Amino acid sequence: MANSNELKEVLTSPIVSNNPIALQILGVCSALAVTTTLQNAVVMTLAVLFVTAFSNLFISMIRNYIPNSVRIIVQMAIIASLVILVDQVLKAYAYGLSKQLSVYIGLIITNCIVMGRAEAFAMKNKPFPSFMDGIGNGLGYGFILVIVGGIRELFGAGALFGIEILPLTSNGGWYQANGLLLLPPSAFFIIGGIIWAMRTLRPEQIEPKE
Amino acid sequence: MSNQQETFGRTIVVVLAVCLVCSIVVAGAAVGLRSLQIANKEIDKQKNILAVADLETDKSVSEIFASNIETKLVDLTTGEFAEGVDAASYDQRKAAKDPQQSVRLTAEQNVAGIGRRANLATVYLVSDDNGELQSIILPVHGAGLWSTMYAFVAIKPDANTIDAITYYDQGETPGLGGEVENPRWRALWEGKELFDENGVPAIKVIKGQAPADSKHEIDGLSGATLTSVGVQHTFSFWLGEQGFGPFLKKVREGALNNG
Repeated sequence: MANSNELKEVLTSPIVSNNPIALQILGVCSALAVTTTLQNAVVMTLAVLFVTAFSNLFISMIRNYIPNSVRIIVQMAIIASLVILVDQVLKAYAYGLSKQLSVYIGLIITNCIVMGRAEAFAMKNKPFPSFMDGIGNGLGYGFILVIVGGIRELFGAGALFGIEILPLTSNGGWYQANGLLLLPPSAFFIIGGIIWAMRTLRPEQIEPKE
Repeated sequence: MSNQQETFGRTIVVVLAVCLVCSIVVAGAAVGLRSLQIANKEIDKQKNILAVADLETDKSVSEIFASNIETKLVDLTTGEFAEGVDAASYDQRKAAKDPQQSVRLTAEQNVAGIGRRANLATVYLVSDDNGELQSIILPVHGAGLWSTMYAFVAIKPDANTIDAITYYDQGETPGLGGEVENPRWRALWEGKELFDENGVPAIKVIKGQAPADSKHEIDGLSGATLTSVGVQHTFSFWLGEQGFGPFLKKVREGALNNG
């Protein structure tokens, strides 16, 4: 199990070939809400990365002790504790960001990626590969988030990381901002476009017709 | 999974152990980080106040607050400063919900759509380094299209001319009503006068562009009629009899000059 090729596979496959958002279609809700700016997307990515990695690690460490009948509750308790930890740390050290991300940090608890990976991977694998799987899925989630956040901030607000790239007409420049991109539905269009592009490049991701 | 793990007693033990560890971690984080979090909240609010006060100095946020800004409470009914309540710890939003510390506004009075109004309001008196009064900062709020919009308004010691305004907490449509935060729109407020010659609230947010020489009119936000109306109502209310009207009248008559 622990040979390096398999570990690499566990780490990298969720980024493109088994992406949690684009292929597994998990965690789309938060991807719509927190991608108005690139900075939010990056912080959200780090938060989810931390939670998936460590929830996978801890759940895998005690997987042989978790009684089958209450395993979901035990997983939730661990995930929820980690999320609260992240929320508290953000409030203490990055108050402005935590104010912007507001409830969405707390809602990582309900992010299907975390729970899905705990149930599908960490319950069956050793701690280290589980940890890697958590990081891989966090990165896969972040990969999409950063693309969507980048597009939305650049064309919706003419900036990246809050630094002006396209001078806006409202500030005396030439670029008329696309207000739709600041609203949640635009993330649907962008994620749809990404899924389309990925499946065109990798036809094996297309589900067979029923 | 083996049968041994599924016994009742073992399930309870595992669940209790997990809960214990989790609660220690969560409680530890909450208690350990609390002081930092409270300090952050305070600094965040002070930053907003400083942004509107427009003080030019290189001191840190909390230093300026200690040396140049005086927090006072105003009894909105009489317009006098209230004594006996600690201004620094007074929470106006909380007070507005408490029947003991607030009044219910009648349908006629409830211009800004806020329902209840606290009896006491916080105001900030900003002085320069020589101790001379520079501006008075008033917190105002009122309903917009989707949200209650909170703003600070800085006015000159004449209690009539606007120095600056800043909307610091609102949930209007980004790109439309959310433009209340736009610095260029906020800059339009500078130099406008709150009251006309007869002391009647005169601020008007109009559709389209205000004439360049207008003393009381401000451009509406395009595509955000209802937010603009909300801004209008917020000012109508807070400048009126139920708001800072009595206080500002006293200031215009020179209440702050004598000490």
